Amino acid sequence: MTRSLLIAAAFGLLALSPLAAWLFDDPFLVTLFTRVVILALAAVALDLVLGYGGLVSLGHAAFLGIGAYTAGILASHAFDGSAFMSWPFEIGGSAQALVTWPLAMLTGGLLAAVLAPICLRTAGVHFIMITLAFAQMLYYFFISLPRYGGEDGLVLFARAEFPGLDLGDDVTFFYLCLVLLGGYFLLARRLVAARLGMVLRGAKQNPGRMAALGFPLRRYQLAVYAISGAGTALAGALQAELDLFVSPTLLSWHQSGELVVIVLLGGMGTLIGPVFGAAALVLLEEVLGRFTEHWMFVLGPILVLVALFSRRGLLGWLEARLSR
Amino acid sequence: MPALLFVEQVLNGLQFGVMLFLMAAGLTLVFGIMRLINLAHGSFYMVGACLCALAAGASGSFLLGLLAGLAGAALVGAAVEFLVIRRLYDRDHLDQVLATFGLILFFNELVKILFGPRPLLLDPPALLSGAVELLPGLPYPAYRLAIIGVGIAVALGLYLLIRHSRLGMIIRAGATHREIVAALGVNIRLVYTLVFGLGALLAGLAGAMIGPLLSVQIGMGEEILILTFVVIVIGGIGSIKGALVGALLVGVTDTLARVLLPLVFGAFLEPSAAAGVAASLASMMIYIVMALVLVWRPHGLFPAEGA
Repeated sequence: MTRSLLIAAAFGLLALSPLAAWLFDDPFLVTLFTRVVILALAAVALDLVLGYGGLVSLGHAAFLGIGAYTAGILASHAFDGSAFMSWPFEIGGSAQALVTWPLAMLTGGLLAAVLAPICLRTAGVHFIMITLAFAQMLYYFFISLPRYGGEDGLVLFARAEFPGLDLGDDVTFFYLCLVLLGGYFLLARRLVAARLGMVLRGAKQNPGRMAALGFPLRRYQLAVYAISGAGTALAGALQAELDLFVSPTLLSWHQSGELVVIVLLGGMGTLIGPVFGAAALVLLEEVLGRFTEHWMFVLGPILVLVALFSRRGLLGWLEARLSR
Repeated sequence: MPALLFVEQVLNGLQFGVMLFLMAAGLTLVFGIMRLINLAHGSFYMVGACLCALAAGASGSFLLGLLAGLAGAALVGAAVEFLVIRRLYDRDHLDQVLATFGLILFFNELVKILFGPRPLLLDPPALLSGAVELLPGLPYPAYRLAIIGVGIAVALGLYLLIRHSRLGMIIRAGATHREIVAALGVNIRLVYTLVFGLGALLAGLAGAMIGPLLSVQIGMGEEILILTFVVIVIGGIGSIKGALVGALLVGVTDTLARVLLPLVFGAFLEPSAAAGVAASLASMMIYIVMALVLVWRPHGLFPAEGA
């Protein structure tokens, strides 16, 4: 009961947040809340793997980055009218959101599906390390592509076109992101309530028993990894549209760490927790950043305290409060 | 490619590998014994380098700087263990990742506040600033040779400490049977603090020694940290022998790939394309090696017992 209340509250507050920008007469707030929504999308996707699959991925920046680069590369080719590839058949760029975003999800999902069979051979700390290593590999790959900006990143000139909507308008773009977050959230909730989620949760507690019951665990884990990769890649594409810039830092391991931090801060294995986590982290950065340039000096110890003393994140704390 | 140049690059690879070993030894000990994954290990490396640069700059003596770096890193490590890390031993790896990630942010910002955002300068000791003629026609910087020497000495010392000393016996026993060791009257918490401090000291040693070769700056810890993870994953987490083999493998592979790949691709591609492909493949090489090793042996080359 409290859970549904908190879900409604989270989405309700986010939907009303552009009002704050209007109230304080600060249009930058819309950009800030769009960042919250996009990070929340990536974190919800990561929570599927982390909280339900029990697979600690420290390499989800790879999917964020590949999504951003897919959208960015297609947009840049559309802008200068060149072809992305001319052999064996010609593929041009595209500025249509309905083309580039699904393609970003597809590349993210495919990347995850290719990497998962290798990563899933390992477990525990080795899994953490191998996901990290693959993300680093991709980071260096994109840094060494001068055609797409190399270390400096890729500048975009306009947001993608969406039929019937003007994405150049920040508020419209915010609501579209929010709708996408809502859609992915519903899908994820449906998935974890279905057979997939049951098997994954069972495997997290006792993999041997689930295997003995005849479930092909690897296949379920691969499926959830791909779905998670696709969601994170969509967040990456949206981030590229928001900043009008694709930077290799999206692929850095700091980014992967930040996503894990968001999930843990909000409450792992809850799906809605990461939404709270994203809001908390972005707002915390913003507020601390207004007081001091050295906000990380404060944020670091806060994270340590969260790790030490809060076992269930913000959501656990909120639920305990509300149900009393 | 002339044979002498090849020998020189292999030596460079060994020197890089030795640095990685100093980092990896501490990280793998901490994981093997306390089951702790420490993302902040690179911070001790940075602390060691910064303190060394500061003390060497103030006193004019590299040796004093080195001692300051070692002592500082070990003390900071022991303090961090006492305040934060010891509460994390029984926790999920995820909590450890979160807490040590927070520590990285803290230390990076602390260094920025104390020393400013600009890189610090550190000169190699005057005694080792020359070159040694290893083979006729192959001069090699004495300082890099000294690093290789220190690395070999540390490897030997660690082997003796872990395998042939009373403390090493307690450490090994504590890794598998913590309660029994404690019941026999050993202060196991103190042993853990010592091990963690030793790891930090080795990281500080690596940082202080690399200072004259690279720039001492914020973020230097993370660059080497990721490589160190690759090393211990290849070697098998928890195994010192694995750390040594993995470190040398990664050091030599990385160095040679950066030198050889441009030549290989240059043979059949036009120069600009060859340089691009070779550079990107060279920087991905060690990750490819790691993926291959894990596909072949999911627990690394020398899996530690019980890990």
